[in-house]
Amino acid sequence: MLPGSVAETSALLAGGGYVADQALATTVHLALAMRRPLFLEGEPGTGKTEIAKVLAGGLNRRLVRLQCYDGLDLAGAAYEWDHAGQLLAIRIAEATGTQDRRTLASDIYSREFLQSRPLLSAIDPDLPPSVLLIDELDRADEPFEAFLLEVLGDFQLSIPEYGTVHAAVPPVVVITSNRTREVHDAIRRRCLYHWVDYPDARRERQILAHKAPGVAERLSAQIVAFVQLLRREELFKLPGVAETIDWAAALTHLDKAELDPAAVDETLGVLLKYQDDIARVKGSEAARLVAEAREAALAVPVG
Amino acid sequence: MSTGARGGRLAGNVFRFARLLRHAGLPVGPADALAALDALQLVDIGSPGEVRAALRATLVHRHEHAELFEAAFRLFWRDPDAARAAAALGLFEAAKPKPPERAPPGSRRLAEALAPAAEPRLRESREEVAAELLQSDRERLQGLDFEAMSAAEIAAAKAEIRRLALPLDQQRTRRRRTDPAGPHVDLRATLRASLRRGGELVEIAHSRRVSRPPPLVVLCDISGSMGRYTQILLHFLHAVANDRDRVHSFLFGTRLTNVTRHLRHRDPEVAFQLISHLVVDWSGGTRIGEALQQFNRCWARRVLAQGAVVLLVTDGLDRDGAAHLGEAMERLHRSCARLVWLNPLLRWDGFAPKSQGIRAMLGHVDEFKPVHNLASLRALVESLSRPASPREMHRWRIAA
Repeated sequence: MLPGSVAETSALLAGGGYVADQALATTVHLALAMRRPLFLEGEPGTGKTEIAKVLAGGLNRRLVRLQCYDGLDLAGAAYEWDHAGQLLAIRIAEATGTQDRRTLASDIYSREFLQSRPLLSAIDPDLPPSVLLIDELDRADEPFEAFLLEVLGDFQLSIPEYGTVHAAVPPVVVITSNRTREVHDAIRRRCLYHWVDYPDARRERQILAHKAPGVAERLSAQIVAFVQLLRREELFKLPGVAETIDWAAALTHLDKAELDPAAVDETLGVLLKYQDDIARVKGSEAARLVAEAREAALAVPVG
Repeated sequence: MSTGARGGRLAGNVFRFARLLRHAGLPVGPADALAALDALQLVDIGSPGEVRAALRATLVHRHEHAELFEAAFRLFWRDPDAARAAAALGLFEAAKPKPPERAPPGSRRLAEALAPAAEPRLRESREEVAAELLQSDRERLQGLDFEAMSAAEIAAAKAEIRRLALPLDQQRTRRRRTDPAGPHVDLRATLRASLRRGGELVEIAHSRRVSRPPPLVVLCDISGSMGRYTQILLHFLHAVANDRDRVHSFLFGTRLTNVTRHLRHRDPEVAFQLISHLVVDWSGGTRIGEALQQFNRCWARRVLAQGAVVLLVTDGLDRDGAAHLGEAMERLHRSCARLVWLNPLLRWDGFAPKSQGIRAMLGHVDEFKPVHNLASLRALVESLSRPASPREMHRWRIAA
């Protein structure tokens, strides 16, 4: 059953441990109700892929994931014919000598020899309804996007030798992109668009409470305040929510009850993934940010 | 209030809002407006947050349009009449990134306005040039520095540049297409062909890997010291941008401007008009380090994927000395497949890389080429179709 309102969608996401703001919950609700693909763009580590996973769990559907890469083609994304099996079938037909040419063709191009890849699997009418996650579409090349248009527009797939496969229940489609390349307008137009931004401090604390429940409240408030300050710096790659969660786990593992400059310096590699950024923050800059973060965390209401 | 009447008024407002966005330069079509109307039936109309999210999800397709949408939303839904008045007064014009559908009439006007003065003179001068251009003159033009060219010579050079096409320096992709002489066996096509002959394998179909040119990113210096070259280089950029796909162009002086979409304009004069409105730091100082840092931070990840080649056009004379220039160059070099530096100063035979900025940059480029006359542009075009020569770079690094 699809959720009936924005509040229900919000609850569904929260049930899966995803803290969504109102704009995201509304967009997800609309994508479900209007049966449009959801196009999520944003920096790495802001929880785009997670949305698809939570939706699959919450809607009790199977998750079909297509990870994109440069050169991804039909055989990798949609379907592939089992050529060896087909050749064997031709030889057997020849040996028994029973079949004429027309029935041979329809036998060779039957479902038996059609191997499903994610796109076909997601709209296969013989399988239960799905959530289709097309992950990091920006990594695929432009010709692949053109091919996706049919699947996204009509939830169907035309296979020249076989016919057209329609989805019995339209899949919930979630497309993500890290914007390493601009995805074509034709794809964007078929989707509902949402830019997944870094969360504000309040929402990030909620996420942390969900995802890393073992972290002490004071430490968690300081961690979030520190990361929020860090995102205002001119860094090459800003830390995402995924990094915040990892960092909280790392600091807890080191038995830290509070942020201190030494601990930050030692664990900075969990937050920042480029040497230039680490060199820039390490030392005095980190100490300054720690002091500010401790100050900011004091203002956070406890409870 | 009946739902019909409410729906009717709502529909009217949604379409007016869509029209306002279109006026402000957002690509909003009727299908988007219909989708927005559908979306509004599905959310709580009483909640401004939900209404805004619903409209944004259906009417905005790019993150860079979000800000304009927010401004329009605030204005329109608070007071639709005031918004219409504002649109009429052209308050949104400033934010508008020169929409393409308005450019043709504008350019025609522009052409008409300029036609009596510029067009005949240009043609005249070209004829003049053509008449005078014997073989030796053409050679002279090839070797003549852009800086020393007269207006007529520049016009002739522009015509030459327009004919200059970058060779398609191919890069192999993982995609295949059928090719009878290809090295790989295409089993799917083979089977299909064999079924036409009752299952007998008579012909084996072949395929070959598709190759295509890598993306090209051009970073062009438009500061004062580059002055005279800029005009010709812009023509070169325009020719390149319209010659192949996946070209991104940036101009920089003290700050970086992305002119990719504007250069795509077929007519170079219109394209340059658009650019001149956009760029605010013509012929000023240069902060190469800062511009490159900005590029690395905001654009590198978006345009340098899939083996991009970067052309960096600058004389390397930085107002800030060499602050951060080395690091920015190093990062740029590491994020692209090939970095080519085009420097007009290289025309002097006695050019020695002595300036701080030039030395900081030299260590991080794959190629260092002159770009000051037609011959050098042509040489550049040829060199781009070959792999970089490490020996030549070594010579420059020793000199530095």
